[in-house]
Amino acid sequence: MIEFIQLLMNGILLGSILALGAVGATMIFGVLRFAHFAHGDFMAIGAYFALTVVTVFNLPVLAALPVAMVLTAGLAIAIDQVVYRRIRRVQPVILLIASFATALVLRSFIQMVWGSSNQVYQTGIQMPMNFGPFTFKPDHLLIFGAAAVLVVAVHLFLSRTKMGKAMRAMSDNMDLALVTGIPANRVIIWTWAIGGSLAAAAGVFLGMDTRLHPVMGWTLLLPIFAATILGGIGRPYGAILGGLVIGCAMELSTLVIPGAYKPAVAFAIMVATLVFRPQGIIKGNA
Amino acid sequence: MEIAGLASYGVFFLSLVGIYAIMALGLNMQWGMTGQFNIGIAGFFAVGAYTTAILTSSPADGRVGGFDLPFFVGLIGSVTACVPIAWVVGRITAKLRTDYLAIATIGIAEIIRLFFVNESWLSNGTRGIAGIETPFGMGNEGYLLVIGSFVALTWVLLEIARRSPWGRVLRAIRDNEAATEAAGKDVARFRLQAFVVGCCIMALGGGLYAHFVNFVSPEAFRPLYGTFLVWVMLIAGGSGNNLGAMLGALVVWLIWSSTEMLAGLVPTALIGSESAFRVFLIGVLLLIILVSRPQGLLPEKQPPMPGERSK
Repeated sequence: MIEFIQLLMNGILLGSILALGAVGATMIFGVLRFAHFAHGDFMAIGAYFALTVVTVFNLPVLAALPVAMVLTAGLAIAIDQVVYRRIRRVQPVILLIASFATALVLRSFIQMVWGSSNQVYQTGIQMPMNFGPFTFKPDHLLIFGAAAVLVVAVHLFLSRTKMGKAMRAMSDNMDLALVTGIPANRVIIWTWAIGGSLAAAAGVFLGMDTRLHPVMGWTLLLPIFAATILGGIGRPYGAILGGLVIGCAMELSTLVIPGAYKPAVAFAIMVATLVFRPQGIIKGNA
Repeated sequence: MEIAGLASYGVFFLSLVGIYAIMALGLNMQWGMTGQFNIGIAGFFAVGAYTTAILTSSPADGRVGGFDLPFFVGLIGSVTACVPIAWVVGRITAKLRTDYLAIATIGIAEIIRLFFVNESWLSNGTRGIAGIETPFGMGNEGYLLVIGSFVALTWVLLEIARRSPWGRVLRAIRDNEAATEAAGKDVARFRLQAFVVGCCIMALGGGLYAHFVNFVSPEAFRPLYGTFLVWVMLIAGGSGNNLGAMLGALVVWLIWSSTEMLAGLVPTALIGSESAFRVFLIGVLLLIILVSRPQGLLPEKQPPMPGERSK
């Protein structure tokens, strides 16, 4: 029982990281109509941006977080303008291949600049905190708190601002949204800004929880897509829910199968969703 | 470099081009002809390579296999082992949109790789399987001819398929699924057939590869080499065009090999890691092709209809 609860806690932590990645992926899927394969690598480069800020200015990680988010958002918009914008009018699948190429370019760029070995934000061992039989690292509480703040911020943005509503409208029904005069180009730029900055946050949290590595984001891509599909394509709230479900399922699965197969668990849930309920938990526009 | 060294490098180079050409042809069956986005090439490549490794290598402690079977039995095994896997993936995804197929295939490839990393009883884990012989005791030169004949055979069969009514249905599905459905074709079935055939061709490539390098380990089946380069080859060469797929394999492998020299010229202090720099270059190259010439070097040409004279 204790092991179960401990794993559930880890699952919620992993789930909140996945959720932040999945919100961006699902919005890009909804607004631009393609699966963005470089999303995991946005996470990784965001984490490395933060690493640079932490080492150069000797700041705590959470202070570096906003800088990394802004830089990654800028990078996402730049990549969209230079690459994706030019091929939006051809088949969506060309966009998909391009995002696959972008993923590799980003990953090799990280390797070239920061090297390919493991890195951490802070050296030394954190004292774990004990609550009865359960142990936490203080970082876990920070991650969970910061992720919650970001999710609330996204919720407020989507529900209260004009741009947030326009984004949801475009994701719901592109044709209708365009007819009503939504500024499509600005919505697209905002989508990349939100998606990029949330991915960066997810990457920083992942780096705090484990360590930084050039393929750290790529390995989470499959669970992120699983969360996106489970939650319903284009549904940010679904993505958050999907992320938590996938995160918990991955951690709890270690009770019955070897931990190495965690990505396979995410994949199995995704395939089951595709087969039995392709629209996802919250009806998406699949 | 001496003539002999140059010749042996040429043999090595062309063998890999041939193996990649087979995989690019397999991908062309799926993407170029049917419009199916498979980014799990590495997974089917690995299944092919491991199957022949297990069947044809000598017995070893700690793992299943080492049956010492002949080369052709190994290759037939490679292709056969791929059928059920491809069938299941294709069956699940045949009715789904392109994006879902993409995500599902990359998942399958990753799981296949995880399987070979973790299930040591079968694959010897990360240490891999060594001692896979080049067939008939021939050297690399002789084996190049074997690879070359397989490339030619695959190409001829795929050209026949492309010009057949079957190929026409596939292109019709690619270009207008709804109309093809309305014409009474069982779209899901045709898709499944194309997917399985394409995957089997990739597995054949994997089988040939194992006998060329004489060694397989999970490292060789990371998405970069197994999947990404094949995609660059097909897109650069011209998807939908079988000659283009093969030309793409040659050109891209030439560029990939020359980035090694290029990376050697740039000081390491500037690029950090040489291998990362090469991947970076090839990624940028693909983006440039996609943005400027998405139809590739040899654009697709529709084959003549029956009775029509070819142009």
